[in-house]
Amino acid sequence: MRVAPMGTRVCPRCGSPLHSRDPLALQKVWAWWFLGLGCYIPANLYPMLETRTLVSSQSDTIVGGAVELAHHGNWGVAIIILVASVLIPVAKFLALAGLAIGVWRGSRRSQTRRHLLYEIVEYIGRWSMIDVFVVAILSSLVQLQALATITPGRASLFFALSVIFTMLSAQSFDSRLIWDSLGGGDGKEDLAQ
Amino acid sequence: MNHELTQDEDDLGRLIACPECDLVYSAPPVAVRQKAECARCHTVLIAPRRKAGKQLIALAMTVLILIVAATLFPFLSIGAGGLHHDASIIEAAFAFDGGLSILSVAVLFFIVIIPATRLMLLIYVLTPIIRDRPPAPLARAAFRLSEALVPWSMAEIFALGCAVALVKLSDLADVVFGPAAWMFAVLVVLVVATDSLMCRYSIWTSLDE
Repeated sequence: MRVAPMGTRVCPRCGSPLHSRDPLALQKVWAWWFLGLGCYIPANLYPMLETRTLVSSQSDTIVGGAVELAHHGNWGVAIIILVASVLIPVAKFLALAGLAIGVWRGSRRSQTRRHLLYEIVEYIGRWSMIDVFVVAILSSLVQLQALATITPGRASLFFALSVIFTMLSAQSFDSRLIWDSLGGGDGKEDLAQ
Repeated sequence: MNHELTQDEDDLGRLIACPECDLVYSAPPVAVRQKAECARCHTVLIAPRRKAGKQLIALAMTVLILIVAATLFPFLSIGAGGLHHDASIIEAAFAFDGGLSILSVAVLFFIVIIPATRLMLLIYVLTPIIRDRPPAPLARAAFRLSEALVPWSMAEIFALGCAVALVKLSDLADVVFGPAAWMFAVLVVLVVATDSLMCRYSIWTSLDE
């Protein structure tokens, strides 16, 4: 937050590298974004949980598990799972892409609204990890020998990676870029340096 | 605009830039319990609290103790058909094996190691400040690292995960909260309190002196 003279390379206060605007910021956003999306696809194709009971053995993908719960009449939990593991991640990908495109090509939406969107994406990002934690809790807890066991599936790894990559993507996005279009070409000059 | 400002370093010291939208202000005097907000994007810039340092240290110590204790006790136990099983946090982290064991390490970092490291760094940075001593060696680097760890410290998310797991299993079996689960519930409240008490501007300013 301290202000340093133009061209200062290192923050005089905390010693971290200083950029007026990182010219590579948007490229980093996109790089992490694609990695995140690349992991999110297998996260939905592979099973998240493998449940073995006395009579049956089944493996469920994220969506499959929710559908199963809905079949059993457990609509509330099914909707929570769909919102937390499908709707929110997809909305996050779309929002980040929208913000990056907005900075790149200009956007008609107001700065305030785009900034709010960014803050929501940044805040919600880490909460997606809850799915991985739930898998960890379920599979450590449900170890009742022959009666029932739950083991984590391969999707959990991809899901965790996808959350980490999207968090990195959101962190690489420089929210100040949203506001630069206001400042009479200020930001563009800085980028050229 | 840059050239007029670079002439006088002292003038620069009084300026602050909003970390989110980069609007520059001259830092206003902010009284205790007041807060200064960016007029453009409403990010809170300065929010000093009376004795925040001492309270922060107290909170950080409490959370640290809770994390250590919560890793040792069982946090959920399950019973069905005469069989019974307890799980502790460490067991939850090591639920992933084989090709997924890397995930065990990640989970352990997210819920135990990173939160604990962050709190220890915070205590290290704040202790000399509240005793009016010069900042500890490497205090700035320590505070910077502690701030960078904030998004990756997920103890409170794990606590909510316990609640979700409980709901999912409630049809299948009897699930009971163990002592560690209650510790995690308290921890969520304390983590939120820590974040609302912390005024980064005040801490950085005291580290500059």
